[in-house]
Amino acid sequence: MTALDNARELMRPDRVWPFLIPPAAPVDVSHQVLLYVEGLSVSFDGFKALNDLNLYINDGELRCLIGANGAGKTTLMDVITGKTRCDQGSVYFGQTINLLEKSEPEIAQLGIGRKFQKPTVFEAHTVFDNLEMSLKTAKGIWQTLMARLAPRELDLIDRVLETIGLKDQRFMRAGALSHGQKQWLEIGMLLVAEPRLLLIDEPVAGMTAEETEKTAELLTSLAGEHTVVVVEHDMEFVRSIARTVTVLHQGTVLAEGTMEQVQNNRDVIEVYLGEDA
Amino acid sequence: MNWLTQLFAAGRTPGNRVLPFVIVLLGVTTLASMANLMLPESSPLHVSTYTITLLGKYLSYAMLALAVDVIWGYCGILSLGHGAFFALGGYAMGMYLMRQIGDRGVYGNPDLPDFMVFLNWDSLPWYWMGMDQFWFAMLMVLAVPGLLAFVFGWLAFRSRVTGVYLSIMTQALTYALMLAFFRNEMGFGGNNGLTDFKEILGFDLQSDTTRVALFVTTALVLCAVYVISHLILKSRMGKVIVAIRDGEARARFLGYRTDRYKIWLFVFSALIAAMAGALYVPQVGIINPGEFSPLNSIEVVVWVAVGGRGTLYGAVIGALLVNYAKTRFTAIMPEGWLFALGALFVLVTLYLPKGLVGLRGQLAARSNNKAGKAVKQEVHS
Repeated sequence: MTALDNARELMRPDRVWPFLIPPAAPVDVSHQVLLYVEGLSVSFDGFKALNDLNLYINDGELRCLIGANGAGKTTLMDVITGKTRCDQGSVYFGQTINLLEKSEPEIAQLGIGRKFQKPTVFEAHTVFDNLEMSLKTAKGIWQTLMARLAPRELDLIDRVLETIGLKDQRFMRAGALSHGQKQWLEIGMLLVAEPRLLLIDEPVAGMTAEETEKTAELLTSLAGEHTVVVVEHDMEFVRSIARTVTVLHQGTVLAEGTMEQVQNNRDVIEVYLGEDA
Repeated sequence: MNWLTQLFAAGRTPGNRVLPFVIVLLGVTTLASMANLMLPESSPLHVSTYTITLLGKYLSYAMLALAVDVIWGYCGILSLGHGAFFALGGYAMGMYLMRQIGDRGVYGNPDLPDFMVFLNWDSLPWYWMGMDQFWFAMLMVLAVPGLLAFVFGWLAFRSRVTGVYLSIMTQALTYALMLAFFRNEMGFGGNNGLTDFKEILGFDLQSDTTRVALFVTTALVLCAVYVISHLILKSRMGKVIVAIRDGEARARFLGYRTDRYKIWLFVFSALIAAMAGALYVPQVGIINPGEFSPLNSIEVVVWVAVGGRGTLYGAVIGALLVNYAKTRFTAIMPEGWLFALGALFVLVTLYLPKGLVGLRGQLAARSNNKAGKAVKQEVHS
């Protein structure tokens, strides 16, 4: 009798089996915070790359992370994007999504895009193909096999090509681009993916002054619609774009605030900016 | 002007020579078949049945090379064990042909193949059931290697085994299979393998027409496989596959589950290899565990390297040329062949990184360089 009841319960027409419910649940930012990083610790062979780090990124803000080499900036990005596993702590995307449970592709599909320190574009592909592959679409095998570019997607790619100034190079192999152009292409690859959160690692390394300026302009224009986290060494650049700056030191947050506050913070002066001042 | 750039860009994409490839292959196949069947043997243009069979064999090797090129050239997975899938496909076909012999074997047993009678077995093992049905045997040709490739890929690619380690694993796979198939108790004829075939689908395997039909079938299947591979590699999936070759971690950060792409491409490649094996066996007339030998699989890699990887047609050209050379060479100096093959591999790796297919581009680049230098010198003097 119970078996029959169970079967009836299972087959109820007004219910959907749990595994069939799409896990889509959009990012819940009801508390205006997009990314919660709490008590995060990562160590490599005894070396503590991150040590009880706490960081909250608000929805739509542009945040700069600065810190000396080995302060844990890149490791933090690795943990957020699923590349490195952490020892302790929690990382939440919005109120509900636990990023530590997800793999790299899943995190990417949630709308977290990353630009690497070294420009990593697909050199054998054309600029256009690089952008096409980065589009925010279904990334399953069958869907990619059958994929046709929708007019909307073509428009998007065209717009992004315009933004990153590679319109004339669209059918050029990405490997033939200059260093600065590769950086731009990689930013373009982030843009066509329409991500919710952009993690950008040293965007202006190896760029000319003019290119740097253009990048700063672009990044500031992105904030608001997207949430942008930038890691950068170039203090001039940080000063030109930053609204809020977080200083990392030996795997923890040393100070947080506007550029001015941070610059006048005694701890910061001691360990980092002190050398400059 | 945009469409013009697009057109030129498309023309330059490697592996894009589908139409010429199909036309040349089918043209040669038709001519050779007609020259065999329609011209009298006295005619100077007559193509002997021996040649037809040899060509058929080359074409099935070319298909195997294509399979390796699909995963090595486009996805960077160097499989040194593709001979395993080829041989498994061949064994499935061999089992069907074995069952077709019926009571015409040496021992005249209508139910059991000769080697089983010899081993004093009194009934067919379960895995030989149904292999007398052509459709079932063809299903097995694809199912067994496909499943093996899936399981292997699942285990290897999900745990992110890459590079040399993966190559060694594939090598171990084919070696293990070779040792297993050498055992008489396995029920695949042990050392001698399966041979002494009489007919396929009721047609006599020794007759000219059957030979030509097998040759033409091989050519047609090769064309189909070529076109399908091209379509897959030209789609966005193909772009993702090349992206995985050049930067797997980066592709993962774009949201692609690279392990799945690799698994399915590996299965696809194994299926091509299996079909090649199934077409190879009726033409050659024997399948034995020697086909599993690691050396065979490495030879396939050499064919692809010689032809030029990542171009599809390069693999086919490489397989045809090297095998023709092998036929010629082994007739003159059998013991020297392996040395020649080794030397060929070293030379190609050193001087022709893109294979024979890339030779033209290389020469063009060189003459450009020379011209450039000459201009410079003139300027300096």
